[in-house]
Amino acid sequence: MPQPLANLTETASQTGGPYVHIGCIPSFAGINGVYPQDLGLSPIQPGALGPQITITGQVIDGTGWALRDALIESWQPDSAGRFAGQPGADPAVSGFCRFAADKDSGEFSLTTIKPGPVPARSGQMQAPHISLWIAARGINVGLHTRIYFEDEDNSADPLLARIEQRNRVSTLIARKTGEGSYRFDIRLQGEGETVFLDI
Amino acid sequence: MTDLGPLVPRQRDMHPVPYDPEYKTSVPRSPKWPLLSMESTPSEETGPRFGHGVIGPLDNNLVLNFATDGSPAIGERILVHGQVLDEFARPVPHTLVEIWQANAGGRYRHIKDTYLAPLDPNFGGCGRTLTDDQGRYQFLTIRPGAYPWPNRGNEWRPMHIHFSVFGHSFGQRLITQMYFEGDPLIDRCPIAATIKNRSQLDRLVAPLDMPMARPLDFLAYKFDIVLRGRRQTMFENRLEGL
Repeated sequence: MPQPLANLTETASQTGGPYVHIGCIPSFAGINGVYPQDLGLSPIQPGALGPQITITGQVIDGTGWALRDALIESWQPDSAGRFAGQPGADPAVSGFCRFAADKDSGEFSLTTIKPGPVPARSGQMQAPHISLWIAARGINVGLHTRIYFEDEDNSADPLLARIEQRNRVSTLIARKTGEGSYRFDIRLQGEGETVFLDI
Repeated sequence: MTDLGPLVPRQRDMHPVPYDPEYKTSVPRSPKWPLLSMESTPSEETGPRFGHGVIGPLDNNLVLNFATDGSPAIGERILVHGQVLDEFARPVPHTLVEIWQANAGGRYRHIKDTYLAPLDPNFGGCGRTLTDDQGRYQFLTIRPGAYPWPNRGNEWRPMHIHFSVFGHSFGQRLITQMYFEGDPLIDRCPIAATIKNRSQLDRLVAPLDMPMARPLDFLAYKFDIVLRGRRQTMFENRLEGL
């Protein structure tokens, strides 16, 4: 017998269920009064440096129906590519946001600043992106993906470069719909399925 | 000497399967194509940190944190406590743990829950806390009721508490559910059964913890949580082609 490894195994995930909002954004569920306000209402505070942008979209299932109960979290650096807590980071960028698909239309909206580029471990620069994590009823393990931007140079991004089927790269790139506004739909399954990450 | 390295890749076979026909909602909501695997970057290795400033004194006390008329919530009073560790058994200190649950009758306080069991005017159903220096946390709450849900013909969720844990990296993000020792509904639940590894499911079942129960006040259940770890190494070569 070799020496035993004393490592632990990660706790198994379970779906957030239809009422994930109660725990994460209680005001969406109609619960007010437990906390002064929901956590992660905005990733930026007044005075955040960089161009302000709004990204709208839907989370769409394999039948083409937009989820009305999805919870999304976003995480990003400031306009210079520094994450909250890192030396020199913009104090007006917390970088974290929680938002939900609208219970009637399924539309979500994220208003933030355009993030700066962040190097990968190799030192190679990644194109500007926002990390997303999606939880909902029927999603048994939370889904990681990223939003890149149509009006940035994404040609040398190491993650996008690893997508073998080049026709799928566009699923990670937000389409510009106006000055400071972008469209980013997330397709869980079916035609145009979003690239999800194991990272 | 050592460097806090990349996140340890997830062992996907230790997690639920994304697609499970017995849990019908997973059928249209599970990606069909493989996930794209890559070594973590600062985008996944960093993550939001929350300070004590955002946590109110009753946030981890669900018996009292929605007590609109000052009365405690109705139900069997329980302490739920445990430790958040990483895969290398290192405590995860100062990280946010959030919970949500149904009331003692199995009803959620949510605009979309229409189950006929009554709402408790003094129970909101959410709580949050930060782990201490050793990664430990505690909640005082009531035992949630089992409840029916539409899936197969006659489906009931076992009693459970939802947990959301952050860790220190966005890539560690985890939502899971805690079940209660001895509940016969666990083995009939298609959501629990999305976890195909039996010992991984067993680890979601919190044992009764009598030494932590307070006489004449509350019972206790213990629920430890393990998050992904980060490799520590002196050898952090730059990989080609990344």
